[in-house]
Amino acid sequence: MSERLEKGLNVLRAEMDHKVKSFFSSCVHCGICAESCLFYTETRDPRYTPIYKTEPLRKLWKNEYSFWGKLASKLGIGKPMTESDLADWEELVYDGCSMCGRCSMVCPVGVDISMVIFKVKHALAVAGFSPEGLVGATKRALEIGSPMGITMTTVRAMIKHVEEDTGLSVPMDVEGAEYMALLSSNEIALYPEYLEALVKIFDHAGVSWTLSSDAFEATNSGLQIGNKAIAGQLVQRVVDGAEKLKVKTVISPECGHAYTALRWEGPNFIGKAYPFRVVHILELLDELQAQGRIQTTGRETERLTFHDPCSIVRRGGIQAQPRNLLGPITENFVEMADHGSMNWCCGGGGGVSSNERAEDLKLTAFNRKKSQIEETGAEAVVTACSNCRMVMEEGLETNEMDIPMLGLTELIAEHLADKRPE
Amino acid sequence: MIEYLIDGPLWYLSLVVFCIGVLWQLASIVFARGKTDLSVARGSATGGAWRNVFSRFIPHREIAAQIRVQVIAGYMFHLGLFALLFFAAPHVLFFEENLLGFGWTPMPHWAFIVASQFAFLGLIILWLRRMLNSVSRLISTLDDHIAAILTFIVMLTGCLALLKGFTELRLLHRFTVELLLIYFPFSCLMHTFTFIPSRAFSGAWFGRRGIDA
Repeated sequence: MSERLEKGLNVLRAEMDHKVKSFFSSCVHCGICAESCLFYTETRDPRYTPIYKTEPLRKLWKNEYSFWGKLASKLGIGKPMTESDLADWEELVYDGCSMCGRCSMVCPVGVDISMVIFKVKHALAVAGFSPEGLVGATKRALEIGSPMGITMTTVRAMIKHVEEDTGLSVPMDVEGAEYMALLSSNEIALYPEYLEALVKIFDHAGVSWTLSSDAFEATNSGLQIGNKAIAGQLVQRVVDGAEKLKVKTVISPECGHAYTALRWEGPNFIGKAYPFRVVHILELLDELQAQGRIQTTGRETERLTFHDPCSIVRRGGIQAQPRNLLGPITENFVEMADHGSMNWCCGGGGGVSSNERAEDLKLTAFNRKKSQIEETGAEAVVTACSNCRMVMEEGLETNEMDIPMLGLTELIAEHLADKRPE
Repeated sequence: MIEYLIDGPLWYLSLVVFCIGVLWQLASIVFARGKTDLSVARGSATGGAWRNVFSRFIPHREIAAQIRVQVIAGYMFHLGLFALLFFAAPHVLFFEENLLGFGWTPMPHWAFIVASQFAFLGLIILWLRRMLNSVSRLISTLDDHIAAILTFIVMLTGCLALLKGFTELRLLHRFTVELLLIYFPFSCLMHTFTFIPSRAFSGAWFGRRGIDA
């Protein structure tokens, strides 16, 4: 047995918990999950059936945990797993799955297929079966501090521009601030307007906040590639930064997987609970609005729709907040036919957008989102995840659709009333 | 001799294998290791688990049209089989005399015919789909086919035994039931029981995150 196969199998064995056992014992291979997956619906390739992507772990379960597998092994007629059982699934898991979790919503026996696929991804990553694009991004995240290779120098340059544009200062390394904000790589490189919006909103609402020069990056390539140890290292940087500044709350930016990594998986990755609270920016804005600390004026008159980022809504439980925030600032808001926890993914989640090899497949998968948007007749699409925004901008551009993508936080900032409420 | 074997030792053997096997498999799931989630819950895991156990009986509106064959055929088969198993007159008598010591009102003959037609039609549609649909064909295992065939034979022999009343058919039905009971704990037929912890585990996960699942 090769070393990498052994590494992969050991991870799969470690992932074999009560949930996985109940899931594989229950699955009757009905194939319902296929119809929930945009990689299947847009290609009609049965290999993209979600439960099929879990095959490496199912094979191990069958071989080592089922009666027939154990019997076959004792009799010497079992089929041991080979390197191809992992290698052949690399493309399916990394290119053909955005970890959107829609399959987990429809399984009649309740299999959380997305969770199981992540476990397979973990094994593939440890065994060294990962796409180059993600390997490079992860390496940069560990060595430079950001998957896009962004350094604090770049962040400082962006801060300077934001301060010039807003006339407000961006607090940096303020010990004892209530909130510590994080940024995703996309928000630094592509959407600096997010930070500008934060500065304006927090000034308006009188929020005590800071950025950290030790922990500004929220993007977690470890989660995207599926390596829990690396994901833990990246989460630990944020934890160290927050502890150093003694903040009460860390704000996850408009980035779906960063929210998952920090809010839900982070404590499990590092093996301990946080001494601070984690909120997504939409949760915080919703709280501030409910407290009357955010006052808006005017409404968007054009027809707007909202794209629910999978990691934030379906896998993160933040469904009402974006609607609460959009209500007072839109007068022609329309929901997509499938929205909320059953919304369709943009096609680029789960590291797919960082995986150059998956480019064509990602654009094919985007056809589902394209149809959804067209059905609404929307003139602009609002979202709350910089990765979704980037993927959708590319998809809309490729399809020659002149529909702008807007960030929800920026939209709120544009509608702030002039004076802060007393 | 064959009658004695089927009605006696083989029946008890199959019953023991079934009971111990099912309990063993359930215990291996319930007592398997699992890590405590260290993240701060937003909602109730227990509430989510209970909700998911029941809510999954109804497919999401957003996908219902695409999966109607599996859903309709699945309900036809399962409800038909449930009715046959617990309300066919010979079964009620069997439960009363051999297992429980009490019985209940069996369904009338016409209902038996309807239930068996539902069960057969549902199973045949599901099985045909398993073989003809490219997704189902790819993901199906030998176990899925054995379980379907065995269930079909049990239902067929059962219906024939009731309709024709021959002792040989009754024995054949009982023999196939015994084979099914022995096969049951080591097969996908275990989903009869394991769907409950499966739904509960994923429901708890959704529940603590406050997800509308």
